[in-house]
Amino acid sequence: MSNPLSLNLRIWRQERADLPGSYVNYRLEQVSADLSLLEALDLLNEQLIVSGERPVLFEHDCREGICGSCGFLVNGQAHGPQAATTVCQLYLRRFKDGDTLTLAPWQAKAFPLIQDLAVDRGALDHLIEAGGFCSVNTGSAPDANALLVGRQQASSAFETATCIGCGACVASCRNASASLFVAAKLAHLAQLPQGQPERATRAEAMQRQMLKEGFGSCSSQLECEAVCPKQISADWISWMHGERRRLAESAG
Amino acid sequence: MSGLPDPRIPDGPLATAWRRTRAGLPLISPLRKRKLRILVVGSGLAGSAAAATLAEQGYQVQLVTFHDSPRRAHSVAAQGGINAAKNYANDGDSVERLFADTVKGGDFRAREAGCYRLAEISGSIIDQCVAQGVPFAREYGGTLANRNFGGALVSRTFYARGQTGQQLLYGAYQALMRQVAAGRVELLTRRDMLELVKVDGVARGVVCRNLLTGALESYTANAVLLASGGYTNVYYLSTNALKSNASAIWRAHQQGALFANPCFTQIHPTCIPSGDAYQSKLTLMSESLRNDGRVWLPLTPGDCRQADQIPEAERDYFLERQYPSYGNMVPRDVASRRARELCNGGRGVGPGGRSVYLDFNDAIQSQGSGVIGARYGNLFEMYQRITGDDPMRSPMRIYPAPHYTMGGLWVDYHLMSSIPGLFVLGEANFSEHGANRLGASALMQGLADGYFIAPATVTAWLAEAGALGQGDSPLQEACREAMDRAGLRINGLLAVAGDRPVDSFHRELGHLMLEHCGISRSAAGLRAALVAVADLEGRFQREVRVPGEALEPNAELEKALRLSDFFGLAQLMLRDALAREESCGAHFREEHQSPEGEAVRDDKNFAHIAAWEYRQGADPIRHQEPLAFSQLQPSTRNYR
Repeated sequence: MSNPLSLNLRIWRQERADLPGSYVNYRLEQVSADLSLLEALDLLNEQLIVSGERPVLFEHDCREGICGSCGFLVNGQAHGPQAATTVCQLYLRRFKDGDTLTLAPWQAKAFPLIQDLAVDRGALDHLIEAGGFCSVNTGSAPDANALLVGRQQASSAFETATCIGCGACVASCRNASASLFVAAKLAHLAQLPQGQPERATRAEAMQRQMLKEGFGSCSSQLECEAVCPKQISADWISWMHGERRRLAESAG
Repeated sequence: MSGLPDPRIPDGPLATAWRRTRAGLPLISPLRKRKLRILVVGSGLAGSAAAATLAEQGYQVQLVTFHDSPRRAHSVAAQGGINAAKNYANDGDSVERLFADTVKGGDFRAREAGCYRLAEISGSIIDQCVAQGVPFAREYGGTLANRNFGGALVSRTFYARGQTGQQLLYGAYQALMRQVAAGRVELLTRRDMLELVKVDGVARGVVCRNLLTGALESYTANAVLLASGGYTNVYYLSTNALKSNASAIWRAHQQGALFANPCFTQIHPTCIPSGDAYQSKLTLMSESLRNDGRVWLPLTPGDCRQADQIPEAERDYFLERQYPSYGNMVPRDVASRRARELCNGGRGVGPGGRSVYLDFNDAIQSQGSGVIGARYGNLFEMYQRITGDDPMRSPMRIYPAPHYTMGGLWVDYHLMSSIPGLFVLGEANFSEHGANRLGASALMQGLADGYFIAPATVTAWLAEAGALGQGDSPLQEACREAMDRAGLRINGLLAVAGDRPVDSFHRELGHLMLEHCGISRSAAGLRAALVAVADLEGRFQREVRVPGEALEPNAELEKALRLSDFFGLAQLMLRDALAREESCGAHFREEHQSPEGEAVRDDKNFAHIAAWEYRQGADPIRHQEPLAFSQLQPSTRNYR
């Protein structure tokens, strides 16, 4: 058991997107350092409810770092200071007694604010809708072992397929680009034989959709890689740009 | 309702039952399919797979999910793997063996025909997922890799590192989004289903609360499919995502859908133990860890030395000692019970003595830390983040935690509930796990239901009865009534002038259920809990404080609606556990055990499915569907 600690929480409160918002300060006294940050917010919310104040809205669900629901800025960093971690897996033992934590929502044009720390990330679904799939109807698949995939290739595809769609890459990019998200999906499918037939159309459609949704271009600052809870490499963005050239050349 | 509807289990040999059934199901012309609407509730493996497949077939599909994106559904969190009788490992596996393991693993409380069909379909699931681009683990030669899971002696579990559920869900989600793009699926996100709409006794729609605006909305269809997951959050602390709830199936139950085997709830042996009072969830460590991790406790009660200070001779590898055949890979109920007994006996380690060691030291010594790290890396990291300890250096501490519900809405062989037109898929129904779910079988069942079974049987129902209840005004009237019911409940909760937050009641309910309806149950405990839960429900109705308004985002209101349904469900679980005077699978009644502490089943009196009928203001009625075994004869499970 770790020692308890007290924290100052400076939280962005905004009731609606069309109303102004501001930071409000709260204090948590002597809470267990074994709590996660979201559990600390649960605790704060219980206190707010009892005192008649509106609780803080934040997105969360699995609290295991896999569903991708949670996410906000902690002291300006997407998902907080710990590498390869979603905010639900950020534990208070990471902080010191008396620390001030500033919590703010993802900021991107493509992610409109809902309330407090929650934003709408539906634009990421539209990117998948644009072509992030293999077109295969149920029941028409050949025997699974008829498609051989080398271990290394499968493992590399897996590494890119682990993206949880949390949006941290977008939130940390100065251009609010979804390049890492799109590159990861393109790389996942393009590294497998199943993804080949639609490789060119997928790459074109998903990148076009990215602009339509209001995401910016890659800022080349690699912040996306630094905050990705699944440690997806920004090299895949370069690969995506190369992919475009390769596909254009092969088509031409 | 008079008794139980026909479960429609096919006669004749099991091996050809599904093929014969499918061949006899009526079809619908492509032109007519375009005019038929299907509503799917839930976007996990079963819901997304069903919606995508039905849309591929040409139906108009609407999918309702309370998530902001289908990709968040709780199926995403499944770690270990998915079974399939492919026999790629050439170790003697077959459809018959997977079928036998499933029936035996469920302690002979599942239907033979359903289990056979599940085993039979399992191979096609893997084919489908691979074709979608699911990056399963591979051997060097490029073929698919397999591993072993609890309750089986063959390696038939396909996996994608420790994120199998995530990869399978993304496959189904991508198939779904392809249909959204094609305009054949309308995706309705951030909607919480609060009521079922029936016309002339037939399911015709649902009422949802829009979680962004708070508005109540009704959606109607020719068939309704519930794929809304399990109800383990009745225990408050569980491995389930926090929003997983029972409302969709509980509302359908109150509208007449029978609820089967509600007390069959799986307690998973391999979870990170609970600590602080404000802890919000328990995290599962995949069962696959027990392939290399050895479970042990100090031989001496109260031994508080660090694990590495306890010599080999003073350790008790109790699962290996008690179950030499299966060792650490005994099924989940057995491993959970043995851990609890030893901890209750004072041999447990960690805070309050509520955990056992899962030790990787031998595996690291023999195979190297690189191999073990590659195999379980993400699980080790997750454990370290949560506990602050590194499993490479000191053993994990684990303890059983509520994980999966085998009970759910009663369905027939066609996955239709006792309400015509209402189909129930995946964890939301009660099939095919019996009294205990084997590892790597939940993903298999969700996808079998979604990709292969429901698309065939829903079509058959629509062909025969799809035109029923189409009149506009009765349907509008039914929607209005259902919206009124939902509105009344919401306003009732907001009007309580109490001072206690919802979570404080939920924690109390969870404690009662875990204590009295958890790893083991007794008649006295269950009776006491029935009184205590009813009392707690009364206090909730008088003392809860739900801040805010109905017509705005209101997470506390969402929680309050869920909890008010959990109170009813908890009481049904307790009644079911009390009525089942035997021990089977995950349901362990202390009164029914052998001198060695093993479960004692009563096949003479309890070889049946208990299906409960809801009655407003009166005790529910327990119906029985007898279980017949033609291919396998019920035997005592023996993992020793």
